[in-house]
Amino acid sequence: MSGAAARRRLAAAFGEAGVTALVAAALLGPLVGLHAASQATGLVIQTRWAVVAVSVALVFAGRLALIAVRERLSAPALAGGLAVAAGAVALPMPDRALTVIAVAGGLVVALHAAVSLLRGRKTPGAVGLARAGLRSASHRAVPWIGVAVVAAALVLPLAPFADRRLLDLATLVVTYIMLGWGLNIVVGLAGLLDLGYVAFYAVGAYSFALLAHNFGLGFWECLPAAGALAAMFGMVLGFPVLRLRGDYLAIVTLGFGEMIRIVLTNWVDVTKGPNGISGIPRPTLFGLPFTASPPEGTVAFHQFFDLPYTSMHRVTFLYYVVLGLALIANLFILRIRRLPIGRAWEALREDEIACRSLGINPTNVKLSAFSLGAMFGGFAGAVFAARQSFISPESFTFIESAIILAIVVLGGMGSQMGVVAAAVLLIGVPEWFRELQEYRMLAFGGAMVMIMVWRPGGLLAHREPTLRLHGRGDGA
Amino acid sequence: MSAAAPPLLTVEHLTMRFGGLVAVDDLSFAAAPGEITAIIGPNGAGKTTVFNCLTGFYPPTVGRLTLARPDGRRFLLERMEGHAIAREAGLARTFQNVRLFPRMSVLENLIVAQHTVLMHASAFSLAGLLGLRRYREAEQSAVDLAREWLGRVRLTARADEEAGNLAYGDQRRLEIARAMCTRPVLLCLDEPAAGLNPRESAALNELLLAIRERERIGILLIEHDMSVVMGISDRIVVLDYGCKIADGTPSQVRGDAAVIRAYLGDDEDDAAEGASC
Repeated sequence: MSGAAARRRLAAAFGEAGVTALVAAALLGPLVGLHAASQATGLVIQTRWAVVAVSVALVFAGRLALIAVRERLSAPALAGGLAVAAGAVALPMPDRALTVIAVAGGLVVALHAAVSLLRGRKTPGAVGLARAGLRSASHRAVPWIGVAVVAAALVLPLAPFADRRLLDLATLVVTYIMLGWGLNIVVGLAGLLDLGYVAFYAVGAYSFALLAHNFGLGFWECLPAAGALAAMFGMVLGFPVLRLRGDYLAIVTLGFGEMIRIVLTNWVDVTKGPNGISGIPRPTLFGLPFTASPPEGTVAFHQFFDLPYTSMHRVTFLYYVVLGLALIANLFILRIRRLPIGRAWEALREDEIACRSLGINPTNVKLSAFSLGAMFGGFAGAVFAARQSFISPESFTFIESAIILAIVVLGGMGSQMGVVAAAVLLIGVPEWFRELQEYRMLAFGGAMVMIMVWRPGGLLAHREPTLRLHGRGDGA
Repeated sequence: MSAAAPPLLTVEHLTMRFGGLVAVDDLSFAAAPGEITAIIGPNGAGKTTVFNCLTGFYPPTVGRLTLARPDGRRFLLERMEGHAIAREAGLARTFQNVRLFPRMSVLENLIVAQHTVLMHASAFSLAGLLGLRRYREAEQSAVDLAREWLGRVRLTARADEEAGNLAYGDQRRLEIARAMCTRPVLLCLDEPAAGLNPRESAALNELLLAIRERERIGILLIEHDMSVVMGISDRIVVLDYGCKIADGTPSQVRGDAAVIRAYLGDDEDDAAEGASC
């Protein structure tokens, strides 16, 4: 490349980045630069030009880096991205959110550059083979990663950094993992798009709450009832939608989810309506409650084991209860996927007409998927009620269904490990970064978009056949 | 061909109307076990509609479809649902536009075809959930049957690949193997040679003849490829505008004046086309 041509391209790159920066300045100037603050005297317009300047500079740098990647200069772009991320942490920024955006942006650019750096090496021979080998090795590693994740989850409460907040969050994440696994049966395996899954979560939660409230039953007695009732409601939903698929099914399930919520809100005599039900009992360990001062005639956990009372016992125990339930659910689903009914679910997802021509009754297959999927939603609902000790219809809005569906889709339809990864990403990370306030949802949406751009099939889209004729690796 | 053998499938006065359109008009024919019966006819003659009536996708407007299994049980197909026809009567089909389970492996496609057997063996998955031996044995025999068919359609090496990644001809053969894994008494093939090259269609002929020889089941075939039809059929039924215009051995049909007229057009170009059968 001659010097003149290189200079021309450099000028073009700076021009392009300049235009982008100009657009950013035009947009950010009024949006970010002017801030209406309410003071005692009324609304006052404050200016934040420093924030605008830094943002525009970041946009300019980011655009340059993207151009560099495009021009096969990935290494400098990688270095630049990392430098910006590091600089944002080290240097004082005019706004905390700006730090986060700069770090995230820098890392995204660095990742993009790294990916294109790896892809750029187009040597089909040794490197291609090595990469194929790496891919198959990573697929082979999935079970081991699963074991590692389970081990990490088991020892989490013992970790020195495990405070109450972290355990509470972990309980929530595992609850969502279970919900994701349940919905995965319906959406990922059977291919029935269900937008009203939260209904079964609500049925489970309210089954436990009402049984406890009206009949004084405890968590362990109510848990199977919650699962069974949710499964029954799954059947109830299943029957009218047997002939529907795709968009139509989605609309009806959406309506079903709303119906359950509206009934819970308005049937005040039974559900106490929008006031919700409080005082839901916590799970006990073989009858030992986790309270500071147990009622007469009972022994509390800390008294039985002669420990000083701390609420951490209760939080930790609940975490293990959820984890145990989730592990059972996981084993159950992994197993059933390899059974005729599980294969029929997947076959139904692939082609319903072909299923019928092979003597598979689609009615039974769909109903079993709906009811088993709903059952796990019911278990998760009971756990949720036990964790909160208070439930109201507010907890079961459409956005919950959407988040659970997002976990399944982002994780990779039908993938158990994918659900875990997506639940940690979508539930854990936003909760952890609660300080970012309104930027939290921005990051949430951004993460979703990025996953779909980079991994359209979900985080772990690879599907392992349920049985093999030849061992792994000796095909092709 | 033994004329004395009772027919496996008897179609009597089958009529299918879609609103004002008569797709199949008073069609009667029979298919014998151990024979290949071809249904041919120009495009739009109603061949696939006949299949869809037989396999329960549409309830016929008029007509009786009787399947008499070799074990003596008889089924009236027009009264049964599609999945029951496949499961109980033992009628398996393939589709004009291949319908595999593309994201499942080749082997899994063949195992899903044995759903009914495995479902019973696993007591509706319960025994399988507990890992009982009864289910493990049933699964092993299902894999053995699948392995046998993979060998016969020459796909053994690709058993663990996704079915959707197979070449078109391989997908067609896999679909036939999948239908055979349901252990049918009548195999209905909807244009199995469509899109195959001459070598592949010769291989298809061999496969179908082998099925006829070894399984002794009836094969009902819709086909446009005359090298397949004339080469392997024992009997040919010719349809035109939903009516049967000829029925006989390949040599009889080849010389039939009505068939030649339907395929090549009529010199006189009279208005007889819309006339009833």
